[in-house]
Amino acid sequence: MGPEVDTPGTSAAPAPPARPRTGARTGAALRSLLHTREASIIGALIASVLAASLLVEGFASGRNAGFLVLDVAAIALIALPMTLVIITGEIDLSVASTLGLTSAVMGQLWVLGVPLETIVPLCVLLGAVLGAVNGLLVTVAGLPSLAVTIGTMALYRGLAYVVLGDRAVADFPFSWTGGATARLPGTDLPWVALLIAVLAAVFALVLHATPVGRSLYAIGSNAEATRFSGVSVRWTKLWLFVASGTVAGGAGVFWTLQYGSARADNAFGLELSVVAAVLLGGVSIFGGRGALPGVLAGVLLLGTIRNALRLADVSSDVLSIVTGLLLVVSVVLPTTLARVRARRPRPAPPS
Amino acid sequence: MSGTDDTGAPAAPAPAPAPAPAGTAPRTRTRPPNGAGPPPERVEEHGGGDVRTGRRIRQVRELGILLALVLLVAVTALASPGFLSGQSVRDLLLGATLLTILAVGQSMVLITRNVDLSVGSVMGLSAFAVGLLFVSFPGLPTPVVMLAGVLVGTACGVVNGVLVAAARVPALVVTLGTLYMFRGIDFWWASGRQVNAADMPEGFLGLARISLLGIPLPAAIAAAVVLAAGWYLRNYRSGRELYAVGSEPAAARLVGIPVDRRVFAPFVVNGSLAGLAGVLYAARFGTLDATVGTGLELEVVAAAVVGGVAIFGGSGTVYGAALGALLLSAIDAALPMLRVDSFWQQAVVGLLILISIGLDRLLALRTARRLRGGGSRGA
Repeated sequence: MGPEVDTPGTSAAPAPPARPRTGARTGAALRSLLHTREASIIGALIASVLAASLLVEGFASGRNAGFLVLDVAAIALIALPMTLVIITGEIDLSVASTLGLTSAVMGQLWVLGVPLETIVPLCVLLGAVLGAVNGLLVTVAGLPSLAVTIGTMALYRGLAYVVLGDRAVADFPFSWTGGATARLPGTDLPWVALLIAVLAAVFALVLHATPVGRSLYAIGSNAEATRFSGVSVRWTKLWLFVASGTVAGGAGVFWTLQYGSARADNAFGLELSVVAAVLLGGVSIFGGRGALPGVLAGVLLLGTIRNALRLADVSSDVLSIVTGLLLVVSVVLPTTLARVRARRPRPAPPS
Repeated sequence: MSGTDDTGAPAAPAPAPAPAPAGTAPRTRTRPPNGAGPPPERVEEHGGGDVRTGRRIRQVRELGILLALVLLVAVTALASPGFLSGQSVRDLLLGATLLTILAVGQSMVLITRNVDLSVGSVMGLSAFAVGLLFVSFPGLPTPVVMLAGVLVGTACGVVNGVLVAAARVPALVVTLGTLYMFRGIDFWWASGRQVNAADMPEGFLGLARISLLGIPLPAAIAAAVVLAAGWYLRNYRSGRELYAVGSEPAAARLVGIPVDRRVFAPFVVNGSLAGLAGVLYAARFGTLDATVGTGLELEVVAAAVVGGVAIFGGSGTVYGAALGALLLSAIDAALPMLRVDSFWQQAVVGLLILISIGLDRLLALRTARRLRGGGSRGA
């Protein structure tokens, strides 16, 4: 998703999505729109939690909250760097395959007798390397990340099969698998909730409170202008892909321990869930717009709905429909609103 | 891919000052000369060369895939002569049918600088609709059911098209949403049921076994689809306009192309083709549940990309996409013959995608450099 992609939105609609971003005049209007956007996702989350607590028996318990967190843990983790990547106008579709490959390597190393204390950092490192490969292809070779990561998605998943075949390695020691889902002392929340919270705080701080974070928005809005203003767009993007791979690798380790099983097809198709959650959280697919609190709300919203529907014995197909509808509505509504608002003072196009 | 984009760009230089601030900036590598304001006649001259070189590049590009395909088939045939037997080739063609049809539709969408991720779900929905119609109304004539299957796809395509073209939301987001929605509807509708071959009339299931001059009927249908789409894109005004829209939507709008309609139509066509693929899937495999076509979308995009269709629109042909689909299917079929562990298959496909986009980039850079008169103003 280089800067070229910026245009599809503009393609259909030259004015609405793009103009506020570039026009300083409409900056304030955009900010308010962004606020309502964020607020509406968080509002939807609160509403759905309240509704589920009232209507669904067993939802409002600490135990269930723990399960909910475990359920969305991988998506929440991967969504953090993904948010940053999408804000710069790129995308990383290879995350689920990275997860699968680290999981497969983890299983194979364990079979070979390597102690887990060595395996875990190795796997996280592997994730970083896989992310760096993506990043180099995007920044040095100048290839569009959408195409690159579709390619590496197939490549990494394929390598996972090469490493582990269709076997499953499931004899990890209980001290580790049980440890992965262990609760924080005195609560029902798993420790991974703390990890997510800390990482989310770090990512949010970087994104929203540092020059680097601000430059990500600039890159997403106009990479070229940002480069001329002295930001190293390439290095920034490269590091984002490395971060994305690293977190996906870590998520692979966690996933393997959480389910106690290393398989090549672990987390198959998860990339679209992650992207869906990020977009639902209000991040623009064209880059330059979005915020982490909204993304976290998006992740939790999907997790809450899934959890509540499952408790209410509603089959998971409704979840798919709801996910899709939410996603479509979440983009159609603000775009249409913005268009209605922008309709009045619109200069005639030069002919 | 930005370089190949330039095929349709001749229209762009004139209104450059207008769309530029809208964040359109293709990649400013091409902008400095623009900003320098070359005299109009030179632009025209460039335009002509641009189109010609673009076409040549594309031919080279497709020849490359063809070469890879021939090479793969030759090596496989040498290693295991059975690969070229009539039955094996027929299987290969049958196997490539669905992917080819889907890749053709996807290419038309990609050319307009959009993408349709929902094709796998649409195909699944249409396949299940066909099966369920046979179960629920055993008396219905087969052609009616088949038509209904295609129409299910058309309806899905209309939904996508309306959301993208009329509501003007990014196609990637919309079709990711409808991917979930259509799949959900499929599951909800199926509610765990499965349709088996026994539920469908023999005449319908026999379709896959009919041969025209030794070519299985579904493969012949796919070939007809490829040729028709290729002819349309090449020779019809509206077909050419799809490239213009994909190259530079703002410019296309300025020259009076009805951009919204040109964006809408490929989604409908693509939906119908996904519906057709669903019908053919039902006829070929006979066993249908709600999971048909899961995860197919990225493979379809991959086939088109391998075939030289630029992911950011404006360049590529359906012939290339069809060749890409054929190549991916051939790899599937060839690896076991070459005694390569079938686990390598996906990794090879991934490498192939990376190689082909790298190649595209290289060709595009070279064209861009040549067009700039040998000046090498690399990124």
